[in-house]
Parts: sequence; C-alpha cells; structure tokens
Amino acid sequence: MQIEKAAVAGTLESSDAMVTVEPGEGIQLSITSSVMNQYGRQIKATVQETLERLKVSDAKVTVVDKGALDCTLKARVECAVYRSCGASDRNIPWGGAVR
Amino acid sequence: MKNAVGREIPESVLAGGREGYQGKGYMDGKYLQKAAPRTRRYENNQESKIVESLAQALRSCGACDGMTFSFHHHLRDGDYVANLVMKAAIEELGLKDLTIAATSLGGAHDPIAAYIEEGKVIGIQTSGIRGRVGEVVSHGKLKTPAIIRSHGGRPRAIEAGEVHIDIAFVAAPTADCMGNCRGIGGKSNCGSLGYAMTDAKYADHVVVVTDCLVDFPNFPASVEAIDVDAVVVVDSIGNPKKIASAAARISQNPRDLMMAENVAKVIAATPWFRDGFSFQTGVGGPSLAANLFLEKYMDERNIKMGWAIGGICGPMVELLKKGKVGKVIDVQDFDLDAVASINQTPGHYEMSASQYANPANKGAFVNKLDFVVLAALEIDTKFNVNVLTGSDGVLRGAPGGHPDTAAGSKVCIIVTPLTRGRMATVCKDVVTVTTPGDCVDVLVTDYGIAVNPLRPDLIDCLDKAGIPHVSIESLQEKAYSLVGTPDDLQWEDKVVAILEARDGTILDVVRKIKPVELA
Repeated sequence: MQIEKAAVAGTLESSDAMVTVEPGEGIQLSITSSVMNQYGRQIKATVQETLERLKVSDAKVTVVDKGALDCTLKARVECAVYRSCGASDRNIPWGGAVR
Repeated sequence: MKNAVGREIPESVLAGGREGYQGKGYMDGKYLQKAAPRTRRYENNQESKIVESLAQALRSCGACDGMTFSFHHHLRDGDYVANLVMKAAIEELGLKDLTIAATSLGGAHDPIAAYIEEGKVIGIQTSGIRGRVGEVVSHGKLKTPAIIRSHGGRPRAIEAGEVHIDIAFVAAPTADCMGNCRGIGGKSNCGSLGYAMTDAKYADHVVVVTDCLVDFPNFPASVEAIDVDAVVVVDSIGNPKKIASAAARISQNPRDLMMAENVAKVIAATPWFRDGFSFQTGVGGPSLAANLFLEKYMDERNIKMGWAIGGICGPMVELLKKGKVGKVIDVQDFDLDAVASINQTPGHYEMSASQYANPANKGAFVNKLDFVVLAALEIDTKFNVNVLTGSDGVLRGAPGGHPDTAAGSKVCIIVTPLTRGRMATVCKDVVTVTTPGDCVDVLVTDYGIAVNPLRPDLIDCLDKAGIPHVSIESLQEKAYSLVGTPDDLQWEDKVVAILEARDGTILDVVRKIKPVELA
C-alpha cells in the first residue's frame, strides 16, 4: 500500500501503543517502548511483519509503545496504514491483509 | 559462588567472610554479639536541647566527611526531612563521602539523586529504593553498591554493628524540648514511629526534627529523650497530603475481588484458621480486599482474629473496632484512619521494626504469624519473588517486610494478577530474588492457584476443601502465551546493589542494566 498522508492510530494509555505513519522512502522505523529491554526486538519484528503483510514498502513509522500486546500492535499499525490512504471507512479486507 | 536460590554471587561481594544465602532458618540458634553506640553524657541540669538549625545540630554532633546518617520513612512520599538534612550537611557544612542508611527512599527523595551523581553521597543502605535515586543507582552512579535489606534485616544489621549509624535523624510530628517524640498530635502526623526506634537506640547521635514543639514531657514517647542529642524545629517536616492517604479503599475491581476471595478460601481451608489466628496483609488491591472475604469466613465459623501486624490501614482498624481482632500491633501507618487510631483505639499498639521483623532477636512478631498475604512484581517457577527491580532491571521497589513475613509465617500467600500490561508476573526467572522461594507457600492469580511443592500439607488442605490448583509452571506458560516470551535482560558486570537476605547472607545482586538498542 502507498502511504498518502500522515495518519495515527492508538493512544498513550498503558497496554496500548500509538502508531504514526507518514510518507517516506523505504521503511524508517522508530520505536520507543516501556518494555524495550524485554520486548523491543519482538515489537520491531511484529511491526515489520505487519507492514510487509500490508505491502507497505515506503513509510516513516513511529511507534510509542506502552506495553501493548502483539495483537494490539498489529491492529494499531493496520489502522494507521489504512487511515493514511483514506481506506479505513469501507471495504476493509478483514481476514485477508487485515488480521 | 552459587547460593541456595541459584544466584551467582561475585567473590568480591563475599569478601570479608560474607556468605551466600543457604536457605530458610540457617542462622537459627546461632549467637550474636550486639554492637553498642558511643554516646555523649549529659550530667547537668538542662533547660532544652533545641538548636537553631540543622547545620548547628550537625556541628553539635560532630558531623564530618564519611559519616553515616539514618532516616526513617513514616512520612512516606511526603517526607522533607531527609532532603533538608542532606542539604544542610552537603551545602552548608560542605560534607562529602556520606552514606545514607534509610528505612526506605522514594519519590520524595529525588533531590538526593543529584548528591549521588556529584559523589557527595557514596553509600545507600535501604529497605526500599524508588524514583530518581533508584535510577541513578541502577545506572551505576553510586560509588559503592547499594545495600538492600528487609525491614527485619535492617535492625538486625544495626544491632550486629554491620551498619554503624553516626547520626540518626528522627522526623517527629511532635517533640518536646528534650527530644521525646510522638507520631501524633501535630500537623504532619504519621502515627507509628516504629522504624525510628532501633536507629535511636544504636546511633552515636540522635537529632530530632519536628514542626510541632509541645510541652515537656511529650509522653508516652516513641523515641525517648534519653537517646536524643539535639532538637531542631523546622517550618514543616512533610506534606501531610502525601504522608497518609485518605482511608485506604477496598478495591471494586472484580479481578482483585475474585483473587481476594480465593485468598480467603485458601486461608479458611488450613488448620491455622481457628479462633485467635494471626494475620498480616499488604495494602495493595487484592491483598487488602482479602480482609473483607476473611471477615465473612470468620463470621461463618464464629471465630475472631487474635492479632494483626504490619503496616496498618483503615480496614484493619475497622475490624479492631468491631471487636473481630484482639490486638493490632503497628510499625507504620498507611492512612489517616490508622494514624488517628494508634495508641487511641484500645488494642492498637506501636512496635519497633526490630520487634516486628528482626530475625536475630528473641521474639519478632513475624515469627509467630499464621498468615501473610503479599503482592509481587514477579514470581518465578521456583516461587522466588521479586519486589525490588522492575522487569526492565531498574531498581524501583521495596522488599520492606516481605521477606520477613514470608519466612516467619506458617502460610505465605502471594496474590498477583498473571500479567500486568505486557509483563508476565509469573515468569521463569525473576530479575532479582528478594524473597526466596522456600519461604513462599501459595500463589493466587486471576488464572488459578498454585501451591509450592515444598508444602504437601497445604496441597492436602486445598484438595480436601475442593479448591482447584495447578502447577506454577502451567501459570507461567499461560502468562507467556498471552504476552510473548520476554528476552533475557542484558547486564554489565558492575554490581550496583547487593540484596541481603534477612539473616545477613547474600541473596542476590543487581548489576548495571545494558539497555536494548534496536538496530
């Protein structure tokens, strides 16, 4: 998918993550996390895997994680990406690109 | 060497004959030579011990570089006294190489972190370490490793002379001109002064700091004038709003209540739940709520609690007033109801930290305890508990009385949710062992109950009562299936804190954390 404009999903509440996507070249990933020492690598892998599944190859992605579970992280990344290209209101491919 | 909880203790920490943890009850029956302070004589008629300022009090006690100052934490997050004293010592007297021996350090003591970074404070000995002080120590800024002891281990170390206090500072809600102190009757009331008592008896010098001078004699006194060198009157010793919270409320969170109910069920299934039983609980959500369910079982069986100890809060005072507990013995007060009750409600008494939990005296209350209900930051499959370091390896907790009550009681129940956010509370290996697994008997979580295999008698009790329980390994696996398996923390070699077991052996060390950098 093509990132058309900056979009954000999620909150800074405990157990959530705020994901911001912006147009960019290649994947530029920035992650801060309250659980960085134990889960930093897994958060990175989850975000990368979700972006690949959505076929996003060019984006600046900022994740501010407050201890979100993997399912939450995936949902926030998916939502931010769909919002960035104005595709979050209809025809969402549930069970396909969006899991 | 590897100690009895499987922790590698560096030889440098064991230098001078220190031993690693050997297991519960290792020191039982051994003899101890107590240390004695070197104190000044006051033979002449005395008008008053009041001096003008903290600086003057420090000078009159011969304060110099390299000394150890002690503080107590009854004023909790509202405490001003430790900061005022350290400021006077370092900025007015120009002292350095100081050691702070506190009963706990928290957010109120953030300014002390700067003195650590400047190298003015080179040693910290405490039963709790939170806030900025915890961070700078974790980052290796303190010159010597911090020494962390339980509330019982601390008076043990003081009495044994392992900690020699040059000057003890007593934050007194009320004091008279000779230094008789009480925790009530002033504008910054904290109730019990139990943690200050041993310090006052074993320090070379004692300085009382108060913001409410009362007529002599301020009796009955918690810290007595016979141990006091100087009295300083300041504008305020603390922020009353942060000293004691409004009445501790019993949680309405259904998860907490479910766990609390299971705690009460476990207690009621054991043979020690009989008329006159003894009990301690923490003030965390599910621990405190256990009071409520326990009361139900007490009514059902028509039995009363004999006595309760610990940090005390409103719900326990309520039980006392209702006549459902015989006596409440109190080392610290957590809320205004408890502060207002101590030494006022019949049966609500004050005790020292040594009387509460010291494993080396002849009759600590914890060693006669039937049940204790405690929380945990982490508990591992060997039942070892961590209440000191966050899962990220940074010092941000307090062993407090946890290891003492766990070791002393007949049944120690840990109650904690299986996960907190993304952190698995039940894990394979705790970051730091603060309470050894051989002292922990039952784990109650929102996903099930586990009993330590070291306690077949309790397994039998639960089976007979029809209380389902599972292995702790299955709880740990469930936790990891929810949050993912955490990566192991990465450490540098440098030891930033040494964790003493209550008997003085070395339970664990905390090293400097190596933060994860994502490539």
